[in-house]
Amino acid sequence: MTTALSIKDLRKVYNNGFEALKGISFDVQEGDFFALLGPNGAGKSTTLGIVSSLVNKSSGQVEVFGYNLDTDASKAKCELGVVPQEFNFNMFEKVEDIVITQAGYYGIPAAEAKKRSEFYLRKLGLWDKRNEPSRSLSGGMKRRLMIARALMHEPRLLILDEPTAGVDIELRRSMWEFLREINAKGTTIILTTHYLEEAESLCRNIGIIDRGKIITNTSMRELLQQLNTETFILDISPAQTECPQLDGYQVTLQGDHTLLVDVEKSQGLNQVFAQLSGQGIEVTSMRNKSNRLEELFVSLVDKTLGDNAKGGAADE
Amino acid sequence: MNNRQLFIAFWTILVKEVRRFTRIWAQTLLPPAITMTLYFIIFGNLIGSRIGQMGGFNYMEFIVPGLIMMSVITNSYGNVVSSFYSTKFQRHIEELLVSPTPNWIILSGYVIGGSVRGLLVGLIVTLLSLFFTDLYIHNFWVIVSVVFLTAILFSLGGFINAVFANSFDHISIIPTFVLTPLTYLGGVFYSISLLPEFWQHVSQINPILYMVNTFRYGILGVSDINIGVAYAMIIGVIVILFSYSMYLLNTGKGIRQ
Repeated sequence: MTTALSIKDLRKVYNNGFEALKGISFDVQEGDFFALLGPNGAGKSTTLGIVSSLVNKSSGQVEVFGYNLDTDASKAKCELGVVPQEFNFNMFEKVEDIVITQAGYYGIPAAEAKKRSEFYLRKLGLWDKRNEPSRSLSGGMKRRLMIARALMHEPRLLILDEPTAGVDIELRRSMWEFLREINAKGTTIILTTHYLEEAESLCRNIGIIDRGKIITNTSMRELLQQLNTETFILDISPAQTECPQLDGYQVTLQGDHTLLVDVEKSQGLNQVFAQLSGQGIEVTSMRNKSNRLEELFVSLVDKTLGDNAKGGAADE
Repeated sequence: MNNRQLFIAFWTILVKEVRRFTRIWAQTLLPPAITMTLYFIIFGNLIGSRIGQMGGFNYMEFIVPGLIMMSVITNSYGNVVSSFYSTKFQRHIEELLVSPTPNWIILSGYVIGGSVRGLLVGLIVTLLSLFFTDLYIHNFWVIVSVVFLTAILFSLGGFINAVFANSFDHISIIPTFVLTPLTYLGGVFYSISLLPEFWQHVSQINPILYMVNTFRYGILGVSDINIGVAYAMIIGVIVILFSYSMYLLNTGKGIRQ
């Protein structure tokens, strides 16, 4: 399988001496939907900034589909589309001009750029706004405009830095569908997000970065298997005023019709149903809590925080 | 990128630049037309008629080439410094940086874009001057070449200013405190032969003097300085400014973290 992005021993020290990246290495395979997660200031945006040629690296190597960013920058950049975290288009230009101009920077002739702009603006629900100045768009539309712009040269690797930040749930879901669709057609996607539910729902592989180091790089499935406990949400009847006690399980009453039950890997669910039934409580529906990744993420980051604190204490 | 793709990228930047200054024509094209018309009326007609001859020509004929060059200089510089700084400020420079467009194409696009505005304003001022005086053509090729080189030189200057600028104040400091005094002291309104010998020598370190006088030579056939020296100086400065601009772009000064 071809490697879409290869990062080797990447370091970045800013002019003020802050070491944002301490020699990170990871690969993203072609066709993958990869999540790069980390707390604020972990080094995600610096990493993506270097890959996008917006930040100068201190040392290390970046390859996009085998093209080295130092020695074969033009070919590497042609394979790469970038959707940044902050709006970075000309607020005074019309929507269609913005995407056609971007195509021009990749040497795409005007007729072809016009054709693609219609395709992507329609696809992202912006065609009716094509003659509007970009500053008149809503926040969600501006985000979609940046996605359309990044796709104009049809890159094989698309990087999205928090694409759904500040976007309402309905629009977020429609953007997920669109991203799944282009990923299914072969575009490799790297995503950073603070919505861990988003990463869990979309991504197959995951890298977690903290304090300039990769602390986890694995498949989403393997990572979630590390969870010892899974939380189930049970809708119950009749209404309860006090939390029912279940032997061997941690139970929380949420409202009068909902129970949160923590079930360890070694435990089954039959005992839960049996004990509830014994107390005259019927389970009307059940689902698992979807933000399992959040629990893992917090525990991994907390662990490195603890390790660093210990290391720091030893140094002292 | 192949040559065709490079040309498309260059053309895209150029069209974007021309679209920008024509969209805001009331800020870019109209003010110099009004200002220069006032210069023609007040300095050329009212005061000029009492001054008499300058360099063998009436005063209006003498100052018209200088005022055309002044428009070209300020507008070429002003276009690139404000456009490229806005590009940095609004962060849409990132659109270019993530693309495969090479730095020399980026620089060429902005510089030619600035030059087009300078030349267009120069043309507008030239047409307006025809309402006040007859315009001679002593040497057409000198006129065309020096005005084009001057527009390029000051577009490059505007680009360097924009790279270093960190606020909107920074893009007005050089035009206000350097460019305007040098232009006024660069022989636009007078022949340096009127100055005492010491100040004549001091004036000769002002690069704008060379451009204004070369342009005046192309129109009237008179100049305070040697035309060959003027071309060498202008081309030399362009080479230096272009090289320095490329160095700034390649190292990412002011545009990459």
